[in-house]
Amino acid sequence: MITKRIIPCLDIRDGRVVKGVNFEGIKDVEDPVTLAKFYNDSGADELVFYDITASFEGRSLFSGVLKDVASNIFIPLTVGGNINSLEDFDRVLKSGADKVSVNTGAIKNPELISLAAKKYGDQCVVLSMDVKRVDGKFMIFAKGGRENTGIDAIQWAKDCTMRGAGEIVVNSINTDGVKNGFDIEMLRAVCDVVSVPVIASGGAGTMEDFKNLFKQVPGVDAGLAASVFHFGEIKINDLKKYLISQGIEMRVI
Amino acid sequence: MTAIINYGVGNLFSLTGSLKHLNIDAVVTSDPETIKSADRIILPGVGAFADAKQKLLDTGLVPVLNQQVSDGKPLLGICLGMQLLFEKSYEYGEHTGLGYIKGEVCPLTGDIPKKMKVPHIGWNKLIIKDKINPLLKYSGDSDYVYYVHSYYAKSCEDSLIAYSEYYVNVPGIVCSGNVFGTQFHPEKSGSAGLNMLRAFCEVK
Repeated sequence: MITKRIIPCLDIRDGRVVKGVNFEGIKDVEDPVTLAKFYNDSGADELVFYDITASFEGRSLFSGVLKDVASNIFIPLTVGGNINSLEDFDRVLKSGADKVSVNTGAIKNPELISLAAKKYGDQCVVLSMDVKRVDGKFMIFAKGGRENTGIDAIQWAKDCTMRGAGEIVVNSINTDGVKNGFDIEMLRAVCDVVSVPVIASGGAGTMEDFKNLFKQVPGVDAGLAASVFHFGEIKINDLKKYLISQGIEMRVI
Repeated sequence: MTAIINYGVGNLFSLTGSLKHLNIDAVVTSDPETIKSADRIILPGVGAFADAKQKLLDTGLVPVLNQQVSDGKPLLGICLGMQLLFEKSYEYGEHTGLGYIKGEVCPLTGDIPKKMKVPHIGWNKLIIKDKINPLLKYSGDSDYVYYVHSYYAKSCEDSLIAYSEYYVNVPGIVCSGNVFGTQFHPEKSGSAGLNMLRAFCEVK
């Protein structure tokens, strides 16, 4: 059967990996290619790159980085950040991305999902959504979690998959950075209404958090995290061995 | 030299990158003479069957491919490129394929329970039926490979080399004589996939 996936996520600004990463045995942890290779060799099932560059120059640096990474890593690559148009899809796909993740770009123009799915196929379009509870309801937030858009997250997930989003990354603002486990309740609510793969993000602190995620929400396909992997708190290979011992199917290399 | 057929379908970045990584001489081409002079041919593909078949027909390369295959040149179809090798597909209607391998391409929906997701996206274990196939020369017994597809090959028992379980047995590798196909993406399947590309490029 299909395995659950473990996905490290890298933020890139001006061609370098952001957040001081702390690795044994790696000299230049800010170099995206070095880090991508490291994750590839440690058994990551996929990599996500977010471009958090604001400037035009930074963006062309990002395309160069992507080409370098894609020429060296032969696992799926998802790219997000600054994706607002079909031209942006084209730019990152031509640089070696396999899937493109849209967040704010889809909030501003939901039609972007339909157009991209039609042009590149559903499998290429990933909806990334930042979700937070407001008065007991799950709402979509924009601008890095600062602005409540007033959009109901569950309805948004449904609408975007109808338009052709082939996967959904659910980032819980409530659990993000807390390292106390994924947002099981929120993920259940999304998995109940969509039939595409769901990737859980926000809250991973321990290996048990991943076990609880996959055991308690069988509809979730993948767990995404950044800092616990970057800081070496969890080693991907150890995590996978642990999950296999808990009866969860994982790809081992 | 390995010719990668360019017919306007899919992203060839990873495929050309993998072959380069393996130090294999490859060109992306739609030129009949280049294809005729190649040692082997790769037919990639992503998207819908009918659209891809039409694009392939539009290049005028089908008679060239037919001749090369009947002359015994090794051909590898990847993903939709593999599906095109079969006799027909039932993706949005009924369409004829290249007919190099016996079998047909059918939707996963309907053959698997409703609660299971389609497309079949992700890493799945490859269960090997024919260990001595040349494509598996460098492969281990428990490789995982990366799939992204909604349709799968059926009635192809004679050519089945390896499969993955997704409620049904999804043919992962098929082979009939000099014609090979992988439903998964070897160029996205880490070292397991690179091993297969390397093996294919050594097929004589």
